[in-house]
This record gives sequence, C-alpha cells and structure tokens, in this order.
Amino acid sequence: MKIAKSGAELINICEENHISLSEYAIAREMESKGLSRETLFSYMHSTLSVMREAATLGREKEVYSLSGLIGGDAYKLQQYLNSGKSLMGSATIKAMAMALSASEVNGSMGKIVACPTAGSCGILPAALLTAGEELGKTDDELVQALFASSAVGMIIGMNATFAGAEGGCQAECGSAAAMAAAAIVELMGGTPEMSLNAAAIVFKNILGLVCDPVAGLVEIPCAKRNASGAISALATADLVMAGVASKIPFDDALAAMYKVGRELPKELRETALGGVAITPTGLKYKEQVFGKDA
Amino acid sequence: MANVGVFDVLGPIMIGPSSSHTAGAARLGKIARTIVGKEIKEVTFLLHGSFSKTYKGHGTDRALVAGILGMNPDDARLRSSLELVKQQGIKIEFVPTDLGDYHPNTVKFLIKDIDDVTWEILGSSIGGGLIKIDEINGNKVNLTGEYPTIITSNEDVPGTLAKISGILYDAGINIASMKSDRSQKGKESTLTFELDHEVPLEVVEQIKLIQGMNHVITINPVGGPNNENC
Repeated sequence: MKIAKSGAELINICEENHISLSEYAIAREMESKGLSRETLFSYMHSTLSVMREAATLGREKEVYSLSGLIGGDAYKLQQYLNSGKSLMGSATIKAMAMALSASEVNGSMGKIVACPTAGSCGILPAALLTAGEELGKTDDELVQALFASSAVGMIIGMNATFAGAEGGCQAECGSAAAMAAAAIVELMGGTPEMSLNAAAIVFKNILGLVCDPVAGLVEIPCAKRNASGAISALATADLVMAGVASKIPFDDALAAMYKVGRELPKELRETALGGVAITPTGLKYKEQVFGKDA
Repeated sequence: MANVGVFDVLGPIMIGPSSSHTAGAARLGKIARTIVGKEIKEVTFLLHGSFSKTYKGHGTDRALVAGILGMNPDDARLRSSLELVKQQGIKIEFVPTDLGDYHPNTVKFLIKDIDDVTWEILGSSIGGGLIKIDEINGNKVNLTGEYPTIITSNEDVPGTLAKISGILYDAGINIASMKSDRSQKGKESTLTFELDHEVPLEVVEQIKLIQGMNHVITINPVGGPNNENC
C-alpha cells in the first residue's frame, strides 16, 4: 500500500481501498515492520492497558508529582463526579479526571504511554476511554481506535513536529487532541474525511498555544492543559458527528500549526523562559523545587 | 520527510515524567553498565547542562541509577532505584558540573568495576528517549544502543579495518554503520561497528586475534525507545 504523506493522500488511499484510518495504519505497520496483525494488536492491547492504569490511579487515590508541585486533583474531580453535582455531566468530568490522573502519574514517576509525548500523555487515554465507556465499546474496538489515532499522528509527525521545543504546546497537546478527536470519530462510525475534519478543528482551536512549563517540569500548566485537550477532542468529535465540517482542511490547519510554532519566540518553546513560567508565582515555585541558584 | 511509524506516535511506554530526562537517562545508565560488562562497585555521575540543573525534579538521578542496575525505562522499580542501589552496596555520587561543549542533556559516568578498573563513559539523551554514547575511556565512539555493536581499540596499522569487516562478512553479519577515530597518526585507533545481527562469541574471539588488537568491547542492544524488550 502507498504511504500517505498528507491528510489528503490519507483520505484518498482509504477511499480507494475502502478501508478505515485504523486499517490503513495496521496495513502500513505490517508492511514496514514485517509484523503480523496479531503481534501488532497484542502490543496495542498492552499500550491500552498502560493508558488505562495511568488514567485510573490518580482517581482512586491522591497521586503527587516528585516535585510536589501538582497532585491530588484527579482524585478531587472523581469525588466531585461521584457527588452528582457537576454542571457538565459525567463524560466531561470523567475525561478531565482521567487526563489529570495520567499527568499526575507521569509527574510521580509512574508508568505512562508517551502519546505522542509524555507531557501530553493524558489526552488520548482520557478522551478515548471516556468515549468508550459512554458508547459501551469493547477493548478490541478501543485498540482499533488507537490505530486510527496513529494514522493521523503519523501525518503530523511527517509534516510538522510533536516537540514543544519546536512547536509549543500546540505541537504536543494539540497533536494529542487532534489524534484523539480523529480516533473517536472513527469509533462513532465517521469516515476518514470526518476524522480529519475533527483533527483540523482541534488544531485551529489550539493554534498559538505556547509551551511555558514552570521550573521546566511537565506539571504546571501541563496537567490542566491535558484536561482541556481531552475536552476539546470529545467536543469536536460531537461537532463533526453532527455534520459540521472544517472550513480549513486538515493539511492547511497542520501547516498553520507548524508555521505558528516555528514563529513562536524561543522563550515560549519549552525553555521555561516565558509565559506562566516567569510570572512571580512561577518563579517562586521554581525556587521551591530547585533552590535559588538554578 | 522523516518516516514515522505507529509506535513512534503511541510510545514509548515509559516511567515519567520526561522522555529525554527520564527514559533517555535510564537507557544511558543501562548502556554504560553493558559497556563495562562486569560487576560495578562505584559510579560517579557528572551531570552537564539541563541534566545538572533539573535532575532532581525530573528524576534523572533515579533513572540513571536504574539503568546502572539494568532496568529498562518502563520498569516500575525505577522510582525506587536510589534505595535499591544502596541495598546492593554500590556507591553512587552525583556531581553537577560543566563538561564543556556538549549536548544539554549529557552525563559522564566514572565507573569503578569489581576489578578496580575505572571506566569513563560520556553520553547524551538527544530527545524522545533516543541516546548516543560519544566517548568511552577517552576514545570517540558513535553508539546509539539500538544495534549490536563492537568497539575495538587497536594499533593504527593498515588493514585492520579490512580484517574486521572480512571476519564479519564470513560470519554473514551486515554492518549498519562504522566510525573510525584516532587521537594521533600511527597511535591507537578506535573503530565502532553497529551491526544488524548480534555477534557470536567465536567471532569476537577471531577479532581479538587480529594483530595489533588491544581491546574489544561487544554491546548487545539495550533497545530503542520502541523496542525496549528486544
């Protein structure tokens, strides 16, 4: 099978071969790595299982990061969800709790899947697992959706970047949310074109988001941006399943994200020299963790 | 345009929080242990650049020690490696320093093995969990840990390279990459071969017998970011 180099090519290949995004990713990986379908599925099942553990642990007990800067918030959200008093309802609160949990587990030196990065490790698990629970999907279906997310991720990786140091937070959390939205659309029965519409909308909505980690650690403001990214993915999937299309196609939205990322000053690309990192409070946290000289 | 695969996007599975400061650091420790290839008594970690400034917050110290203990970046025991290393009686020390013009995430290992031989190994974590080893005992090498590797120290005489590649050819082993380095013409030279297949012991013995050969190090892969269990 031809390797898709752009979103447009990806849609064409899927249409010509009458396959889904996930089947494209599976076929490509089997061809390029010489692995069987069973091996790929078995590895993806273990990937899903690590994702689920990370998205669960912080909701069952308070998990704190090594630095102590973040922690306990996933647990708070879960308690709030259980109280039945929330404004947005169970799917939204659950997704935010899952995303915070994975971020807290990451900060505590727990096990996570970098998807695409460690800093954005909460978004895809939170959005996909929440959608799966709401829609009553099986683990096999969720694994299939993870392959769909990777089909979009591969196009992002080939044409832009996942690195906050190169493209800001939009490259990390933006990519994670775009991949998640595309996967959920496939999970809900949408076409490859609809999936890419969802990914494009996510990128447009996160365009320009800077990477400004307090003390250079993937904690503040990263954990809450994971919660925000998960909600963006879920909301955008609904938008697209209702029939709304992106006026700007995926390839253009992706190119815009990459260009904006490179145009960001270096202070706003993971150097901890700008944004909330250098606010008085951000600097105070830095001193708290690393001392005065760092 | 770089080729990107499914598990480049969804992976690696790792202990957080940072692929370069934690997962890469663990892989550096593990490859240093593999290079030494003997029981380890003492390790001093000279931490450079971002490693020296942020190692505590990123758990880089725990990850480096976990690697020295042989753990992979997805080993749940990584978090408690500082306690585990104490139990095993290995002496460790972290020294933030400036090593000069190196990658921001660089560490120099000073390792004393069971025979009181001291090893100096310098390597960097270059992003996404990828690593490279640049120096072993002062010799420049080119090592990523993703391939089986042979490193030789030999007299700088004509034909050594041809002899080694001849032995590898006869054994049906393909060379993925090769780097040659020498400090001075006619003095000792260092050759690094990254290979597509692991090297059987008898092939290593044949290489050791080449005239002028002083030292041969073999390294089995410590896994790429996406094949830790290989």
